[in-house]
Amino acid sequence: MKSIKNHLSLIVALLSILFSIQVFIVVDRAINAYKEGLTSSYSIIVVSQKSIENATILDFNPLIGSATELTTDNVIKRLNTNMNNKNIELLKLSLPKFYKLQLKHYPSPDEIQALTKDILSRPSVTKVEDFAHNHDKIYKLLLLFKGVVSIFSVSIFVVTTLLIFKELRIWQFKHSERMNIMGLFGAPVWLRSAVLFRLAIVDAVISSFLAFGVFTYISINEFVIQQFSNIGISIVIFDRIEDFVLLFSVAIFLSILLAMLIVLGHKEEV
Amino acid sequence: MDKVIIAENLSLSYSNYEAIINQVSFSINSGSFVFITGASGSGKSTLLKSLYGALKPSQGSLVVGGIELRKISNSKLNFLRRHIGIVFQDYKLVKEWTIEKNIMLPLIINGYEKSVTQKQVDSLLKHVRLKHQAGKYPLELSGGEQQRVAMARALSHNPILILADEPTGNLDDYSSQLIWNLLEGAHTQLKTTVIVVTHHIPPSMNVEFKHFHIEYGRIHEVN
Repeated sequence: MKSIKNHLSLIVALLSILFSIQVFIVVDRAINAYKEGLTSSYSIIVVSQKSIENATILDFNPLIGSATELTTDNVIKRLNTNMNNKNIELLKLSLPKFYKLQLKHYPSPDEIQALTKDILSRPSVTKVEDFAHNHDKIYKLLLLFKGVVSIFSVSIFVVTTLLIFKELRIWQFKHSERMNIMGLFGAPVWLRSAVLFRLAIVDAVISSFLAFGVFTYISINEFVIQQFSNIGISIVIFDRIEDFVLLFSVAIFLSILLAMLIVLGHKEEV
Repeated sequence: MDKVIIAENLSLSYSNYEAIINQVSFSINSGSFVFITGASGSGKSTLLKSLYGALKPSQGSLVVGGIELRKISNSKLNFLRRHIGIVFQDYKLVKEWTIEKNIMLPLIINGYEKSVTQKQVDSLLKHVRLKHQAGKYPLELSGGEQQRVAMARALSHNPILILADEPTGNLDDYSSQLIWNLLEGAHTQLKTTVIVVTHHIPPSMNVEFKHFHIEYGRIHEVN
């Protein structure tokens, strides 16, 4: 019973670390997916005195993904009541050219500023409308959300790592008598601490597989999928190969590292 | 005759405290049986600890089995300990292991094959009259039985040197006699060097032995 309790405390601590990592991954994926969605709906309007070739616009800045010239027909339609065709054509020629630019990815406020400056420095460009005000709000909200989740995840990671360290210290006290006795008969360090490593690895494996079960269940849960689709996001919540390998590696690495620190800190009784 | 232990101007102390053993010189021949006596706190156990490298000399030199212990590396110390059998007054058995596994410990550390290990353990269990208790745990045995397990463990890997720290200190007469018989047997049959730290030398010893006495940090041979 006592042994199960010892195992449980390390498994639960490792599980919470894996949980914090996976939550961070899911939030990162969700934000990236949301940013991709924003990229397609976000555009910049450029006003130019002269017509500009599509290829030339794309050369303005590597962030620009595509450029489309906006037609002025709608504007002219409103004015053409008493105008003859010749005047309309003249008006068309005197009107500036409007271009709608789509970007390759959702830009940061700094990128927007640099891009606007870059486009305005081009000859014939008279105005750039970047809708920075709306854009900034959404972007900062996303960053805030990501920041909060990151702090939350890092805090859980640090606190549970300290808990694991404490747990392994208890193990060390428990195993120190045996380790000392083995040392008296010339057992090398790896043999003396084999039990400690075995326990740490077994617990890391158990917690990884528990995490696999929990996240697999969450990833196929209708309610969770529905919540993501409600906000227009479709992401992989848990990649059963990629994410599992990452979580498994973290659990094994962490438990071996902590066990190693304890073994190195162990001093033989005199 | 080969010397298994050579101490020259050996001083022993814990940290920076005053020396418990102060500049002593002595040597012990291979295959001899030695008693080290002295009053409580005289430094007998401290000297024994230095012989298996648990306490390094603060001054002088100490050579055990051809290995200088003053600046010994961990791997060399492990190597030396793999050739020594130690018996403690408080037995030092691993409580969560069966007595069979406790006896196996030096054999496992020395990398013996499983079949050899099992055969040796069976023979030793018979020798210490505990064959019927093989699957029990140390705390299920009496003090005398536990010390017999510790003796079997110390003998299991045929060490060149057996160090015993007051091995009969907590035992009744029957168990004490059994332990002395086992130590004598190891000395006569296996030609193992045996060094015993004790308050009293048993009157019924059947082997020739040397006797060192420690007093005021100095060691001298008693004739």
